[in-house]
Amino acid sequence: MKTTRPFVLLVLLLVVLCSGLAARIDCWFMSWPGNHEESFNPLDVMLGGGQKLFAGSFYREADVYYHSGYYPTIFDNRAAFETAHMAEDTGAVASHNRGDEAGFMGPPLDFFDAFNRHFIPNRHTHLDEGGPADDLSTSWEVGEILPWLRISAELDPENIQTYIVTAFWLRTKMDRVAEGEQVLREGLRYNPDNPQLLFELGRVYFENYHDLPRARNIWEAALRNWEKQMAGKPDSEKLAFDNKFLLDQLQTHLAQLEEAAGHFNAAIAHWEQAKAVSPDPAGVQKHIDELEHMLATQTNVPAAAAH
Amino acid sequence: MNKIFAISNVVLLEMYRRKDFYVLFIVTALITAVMGSVTFFKDAQIVRYLKAICLFLIWASSLFIAIGATARQIPAERESRTLYPLMAKPVSRAQILLGKFLGCWLACGAALVIFYLFFGCVAASREHQWPLANYFQAWTLHWAMLGIVVAMTLFGSLVLTAVSSNITITFIATVAILLVGRYLHKVALSMTEPSAIIITGLYYVIPHLELFDVRDLIVHDWPLIPWGIWLIALAYAAAYTALLLLLSWLAFRRKVLQ
Repeated sequence: MKTTRPFVLLVLLLVVLCSGLAARIDCWFMSWPGNHEESFNPLDVMLGGGQKLFAGSFYREADVYYHSGYYPTIFDNRAAFETAHMAEDTGAVASHNRGDEAGFMGPPLDFFDAFNRHFIPNRHTHLDEGGPADDLSTSWEVGEILPWLRISAELDPENIQTYIVTAFWLRTKMDRVAEGEQVLREGLRYNPDNPQLLFELGRVYFENYHDLPRARNIWEAALRNWEKQMAGKPDSEKLAFDNKFLLDQLQTHLAQLEEAAGHFNAAIAHWEQAKAVSPDPAGVQKHIDELEHMLATQTNVPAAAAH
Repeated sequence: MNKIFAISNVVLLEMYRRKDFYVLFIVTALITAVMGSVTFFKDAQIVRYLKAICLFLIWASSLFIAIGATARQIPAERESRTLYPLMAKPVSRAQILLGKFLGCWLACGAALVIFYLFFGCVAASREHQWPLANYFQAWTLHWAMLGIVVAMTLFGSLVLTAVSSNITITFIATVAILLVGRYLHKVALSMTEPSAIIITGLYYVIPHLELFDVRDLIVHDWPLIPWGIWLIALAYAAAYTALLLLLSWLAFRRKVLQ
């Protein structure tokens, strides 16, 4: 009669041997000078550099959800979706989009194509603007993008836009300012002194907490870090679209803050800086002229925005 | 007709005894439950990611059930030699084929009912609403699509020798149509001849299964598909199913069974 006992014992022996060997090799690997692993997170170990690819894909998925599924595939014209709309709408990210965002599908090619469009999301909508139901009272549903952003941030903590987008929608449409701030601080832990994250953090203090001194300190720190990052770089890079956009936003927001605080001379100085990089220098100059005229006539100056 | 129902009844009983559905349903329920237990920013109302995962699992499971069960029907009968006593009875080959098709298709429909009920419960647990008409449209379109897949598999089981090759080919063809079927004409426009004409021809010949995939509409709470359009889609599925069954019958009629 055959007995299974020897086989069970053999399997047990092999399991014990393998576990012991794995533990031994792990200890050796940890102390090996050639070990370049920065993290022992299981995801890092399994996916390695591929994590960023997955992170990008999840970030894109969040934008798909922002459009309730109406999104171009690799077969469609994606020029109007180069920058995620969920990021563009925060006002903190420069847009590289061109063309018609509502008509990327183009006219139907044939009967099947026309018929097919009844069975897929076929209209350009944003979740914060009511989504497919066009119901503005449900703009909190923009929270549906958060799971994908969370996973994306876990996989690629160096992607700044993930934190900015998450924090913006948390504080503006979901009334969760503290959590938005927490997300930005988490981003700053992974990306210390990042001017984009500091800019968004400053907006939290300015727009939500109405704490002008702290907002000013944060934006000035962002400005210093922006300059530090640009030091030694050629003008072409300094004035690259994304860098110019951030500088413009920082100077404009600092100018608005100074106006709100009643420091008009400081505000004019910031507007002057903003004018140099603004896409609408004439509009900024007009606002500066108004401020100077009001200062000259010693009247109260309303806090107004040029942009 | 009674003979067809009798054969389909046997198929249904066989499917009922098989473990495929139970295993797939438990896996779907487990994965959905694990994903549902995760909360993001302590917001219990975030549900669309969960609906998308659950529906994806339902689609994958239904394809496994439909293709796996149908592909084995006729080859298993031949291998176990139960096909010969069946054909010795006053039953035509067309009736056997229709009985097999009906049994598999009804079993898929029944499985889908359970899957969609589960999906409805998962969605309602967070959304607190039950858009029955939308779910009904999604279920009927999904079931109609499975009709085409079942007929396609049945045809494959008559023209391909091995069950495994039939399952693999049908599965790849189905997934390929679902993923790129919609874009074939667009791709053909950017190609040169003769590839362009071949791809365009393929576009018009293949059954457009992607038409029945309305997961995005369900996940993102889009309004109902106009009922007239829905009906045309069902008629399209019925036409393709009938065509594939006709081809299967032609293949089965000429087949020498030894």
